[in-house]
Amino acid sequence: MSSVVDKSKVPWWVSNLIVPLVNLTLALLVSALFIFIAGENPYKAIKLIIYGSFGYIEGFAYTLYYTTNFIFTGLAFAVAFHCRLFNIGGEGQAYIGGLGVFLVAINFSFLPVPIVWVLSIAGAFIFGAAWAFIPAYLQAKRGSHIVITTIMFNFIASSLMVYLLVDVIRDMKQMGPHTVALPKELWLPSFKDLAALFGVKIRYSPLNASFLLAIAASFFVWFLVWKTKWGYEMRAVGHNTQAAIYAGISPYKNIIIAMLISGGLAGLLSINEILGVHHKIVSGFPAGYGFTGIAVALMGRNHPIGIFPAAFLFGILYQGGSEVTFDMPNITRYMFVAVQGVIILFSGALENLFRPQIESFFVNRLNKQVEA
Amino acid sequence: MEFLSDIASLTNSTLRISTPLVFAAMAGIFAERSGVIDFSLEGKMLMAAFVAAVGSYFFGNPWAGLIMAIVACVSLSMLHGFASVTHKGDQVVSCVAINILIIGLTTALAAAWFGQAGLTPTLSDDQRFLEITLPFADALREVPIIGLIYSDILSGHYIFVYFAYISVPIVYWVVFKTSFGLRVRAVGENPSAVDTAGINVFAMRYKALAINGVLIAFAGAHLSTAVNANFFREMSAGRGYLALAAMIFGKWHPKTALIACLLFGFTDALQIRLQGVELPTIGTIPVQLIQAVPYILTVILLAGFVGKAIAPRAIGQPYIKER
Amino acid sequence: MVSPILELLSINKSFGHVHANKDINLTINKGTIHGIIGENGAGKSTLMSIVYGLYQADSGIIKVSGKEINLKSPRDSIENGIGMVHQHFMLVENFTVLENIVLGFEGEIIFGKNLEKAKIDLKNLCDTYNLNVDLDSVISDLSVGFRQRVEILKSLYRGAEVFILDEPTGVLTPQEVDELFKILRSLKEEGKTIVLITHKLNEIMDLTSEVSVMRQGEVVGHTKTENTNREKLAEMMVGRSVLLRINKSKAEKGDVVFKVENLTVKDDLDVTRVKNVSLEIHAGEILGLAGVTGNGQTELLEALSGIRPVVSGEISLNGQKISDNSGLLNPRQLKEKGLAHVPEDRQRMGLVTDFKAYENLIFGYHDQEPYSKSSIMKENQILDYSKKVMEEYDVRPRSPNLMTSNFSGGNQQKLILSRELNENPKILLVGQPTRGVDIGAIEFIHQRLIDMRDKGAAILLVSVELEEVLSLSDRIVVMFDGNIVGERINKDVTDRELGLLMAGVA
Repeated sequence: MSSVVDKSKVPWWVSNLIVPLVNLTLALLVSALFIFIAGENPYKAIKLIIYGSFGYIEGFAYTLYYTTNFIFTGLAFAVAFHCRLFNIGGEGQAYIGGLGVFLVAINFSFLPVPIVWVLSIAGAFIFGAAWAFIPAYLQAKRGSHIVITTIMFNFIASSLMVYLLVDVIRDMKQMGPHTVALPKELWLPSFKDLAALFGVKIRYSPLNASFLLAIAASFFVWFLVWKTKWGYEMRAVGHNTQAAIYAGISPYKNIIIAMLISGGLAGLLSINEILGVHHKIVSGFPAGYGFTGIAVALMGRNHPIGIFPAAFLFGILYQGGSEVTFDMPNITRYMFVAVQGVIILFSGALENLFRPQIESFFVNRLNKQVEA
Repeated sequence: MEFLSDIASLTNSTLRISTPLVFAAMAGIFAERSGVIDFSLEGKMLMAAFVAAVGSYFFGNPWAGLIMAIVACVSLSMLHGFASVTHKGDQVVSCVAINILIIGLTTALAAAWFGQAGLTPTLSDDQRFLEITLPFADALREVPIIGLIYSDILSGHYIFVYFAYISVPIVYWVVFKTSFGLRVRAVGENPSAVDTAGINVFAMRYKALAINGVLIAFAGAHLSTAVNANFFREMSAGRGYLALAAMIFGKWHPKTALIACLLFGFTDALQIRLQGVELPTIGTIPVQLIQAVPYILTVILLAGFVGKAIAPRAIGQPYIKER
Repeated sequence: MVSPILELLSINKSFGHVHANKDINLTINKGTIHGIIGENGAGKSTLMSIVYGLYQADSGIIKVSGKEINLKSPRDSIENGIGMVHQHFMLVENFTVLENIVLGFEGEIIFGKNLEKAKIDLKNLCDTYNLNVDLDSVISDLSVGFRQRVEILKSLYRGAEVFILDEPTGVLTPQEVDELFKILRSLKEEGKTIVLITHKLNEIMDLTSEVSVMRQGEVVGHTKTENTNREKLAEMMVGRSVLLRINKSKAEKGDVVFKVENLTVKDDLDVTRVKNVSLEIHAGEILGLAGVTGNGQTELLEALSGIRPVVSGEISLNGQKISDNSGLLNPRQLKEKGLAHVPEDRQRMGLVTDFKAYENLIFGYHDQEPYSKSSIMKENQILDYSKKVMEEYDVRPRSPNLMTSNFSGGNQQKLILSRELNENPKILLVGQPTRGVDIGAIEFIHQRLIDMRDKGAAILLVSVELEEVLSLSDRIVVMFDGNIVGERINKDVTDRELGLLMAGVA
């Protein structure tokens, strides 16, 4: 049987649904193996994951809270990826974005609340974008590989923020490295508040209105990348730089724009964490969400339509995962970091491992149906 | 006199701190010279640290840990090769995946097996590598200058430190003076030329990756079974990336990469010394900011202000044979 | 006593549906210089790649000195005494000559002693064949002529008895060509066999004792060189096929709108590929630029379309200078001035194959109205326009939403053409418009070009297909070795005449 398939005959749902599903399944099988090696029962773990993320309403709310973060960081990685850039700096960009949110909110708190929120969103975006600018510039102008520079900027952001939180903007009345809390009016309405409006009483969960911002951001990215001139040029440069030059498109300009938007989107994560959850800058709040974004984007094929379910899946993994860590002391949250890595491996580097076999299976089957 | 002994202790620290970087840079040179991007040095180093610590603990022997670490890293390199060379997947994605996977898996397994939030058990003296005092070091200590150099700078290091600096001329010799090294370099510059000479391009890359695995294992084992007496989470702390910058800055050449590694080691050693110290006019630099110096230095080096680095010509491009 | 050293029996090779070698039978005799001549796409390089073990034939037998051999890789060929000097050299730029030659044949892990022996052997070889190469110099410092000598030395060192040279003189200066011929002759004196692949008839007549002619995948003729002449060879090479002459009206020539003066252009390896070329194109005229690939046409087109810098010379559009030594206008600006470009390499340059068809139909024009307004793409307008032109140009399948990589070569070409022609350019640069395109589409594309001309456009048509040039052009120039070697009005010129010019015969 020939493994060379006429690509035009492969239905879109095979390339974009079946193959990713197979890759995901493989990744999850490997993950189950890891859990087994750690000395726990993978089947029991799966049940806990499902219970923790769906079994009770606060759990589901937690799932959506994580999903919010993953949408932001997933979109961030995806936008840069469309220009063939690997922005691994989501962590740092989110962290610095938080600085932007806090500075704006604290200093403009005298303005009407919705305006402060809008300004904070702008602050988060601009600060996140600014943190991505230097790696972008160095890549475009000097050819310095963006993977290394963005990772370095993650470390630098960490150092900078710890310094600021300990020495500069710390809440002097407290011991921990965090800022003062923002005034209560500025806190984003939470899911609990929403439920209360309907007379439903639920327990605390961090889910808040920034979830809506995440959805809005998804539309924004979809629109930007596929409906505007900038997205068009970005994608051209990413797919075929030579042809882009032929068409008079500037690779340099588009690399910078892609990275700025990417950094800005990562920065928006801080709207969730700071305006919505902690209401102050807490040390280390990006907590690995930036890296998860990479897995989310690759799984979601760098399209908002795919990123949303992928982010949701990771939300389930995280929330279900914390249920697992609670019940199975042998499994910590780092196990789920490992799962992420495996998913990136199978959805990214090894994504074509079984693609030829799967595609030709379906093409042959469909041919047989036609002939029959 | 105090100034001299400060210099000596600084040099001593530099040599020790640069050791994992040197191994990692040498490992990177092999992989990248053969045309395979290796951003996964960080993950492999961490894996080696974990496996070495666990292996030493279980077998009661640090050499057993080292050997297991070598096996683990070579396996990871082969995985990377499988994804990149055989399946022609995106090499950067493969590296990012491995790094994230290892960060998670090592800590998760450490927690699962040993219970303490990602720490492996502390190794006893039998289970780790100890500092080595060179012969006559104690006797020579008081001798001016020579004693300083021999006893305070050269003696008293872990075995990996000596291995690391010996490895540099060996790597240089292998890469530049042997036919194996010639072929590795050729494969990274013009795989077609190698193919038309009748040599298997893929096999060459796998061989280079195997060596890469061995070398990086030493870096990790040094961290967990020599300098420290256990593994703790994320203990590689970005060294894999620093080594990459050193390699790039050193133009993929063992000797210049070594110098860059030493530069990193020196700034780190210096940074530790300067913590809490009042400097003229600047005052005390906050600890957190000083700790960022190696990373800032990396960016500066990569920005190429100190000369533009030209990578092996065929790097990152999967080799496709027939039309 | 002439005996065959290399025999090819019924060799067949296909790449997908391209039948590159059809039932080839060829005998190369020992101690001869044997020429293989043919145009682009004749199958010469494929055949020799099979002999060198780079490809495997689908069927057929290869015999070396009478013994049937199985060539699975270049290693096998090298062991059977076959050496090849490729058109694009297989050298590692930053290695020395010595390192390049011993690569793969070093002898031992450790260098040291063996290198000394290698040096001595190579010195002897150099002396025998007058190669005069400095073993310690780095390849990037060597001229092209010397690099070629390194390639020959490589094969000698590996013990080659048969030397295959694929279009060896394309990159050489006339003096370097003379030097090369001397070397080849001395190889022959020493009993070596040489297979010379070329499209240049002079070389055949000067050097070879036997010549085989290939055309469209087949061997169409074989003769002793002394029994033939250039005209006969040209005829065999080009063929007496029926010309698809389009019915076209006489051109209504206007003023000169595009002028190129003394243009010199270098390629990426710093070799001069366009040597002092001058030409002018009138409005309402198709100027055909004929020539075998590799004679500078690619670099010329890239320079004229703003993609490649110019070493010296001037290009003017409607009397307005658009370039000099300092630089060219970029493609965007050229488009504004009414210049459109259909590139030779449609997949590498003309299209983004991962884009949908409608996205490629506005490639390069995407920020203009009506396709976009204030940076937002106007999808409805783009789709309407796409449907219209896809209908007009009969692009199949008629789906603007289909990914471009799923279209056949011919249809991809139509996409590019419709895009560039839709803007009604005043000047159109077209490279290999029907390469890899099926017959039906060829006719269609040709008609469109004629229509453009009738509307008053000035068209530069660069093509390696002689038929196409003769069919469409009002005037024809031929490019050989970076120079314009002939200009004819397309009235009574014959393909034989052009074939001679293309092959470097004045």
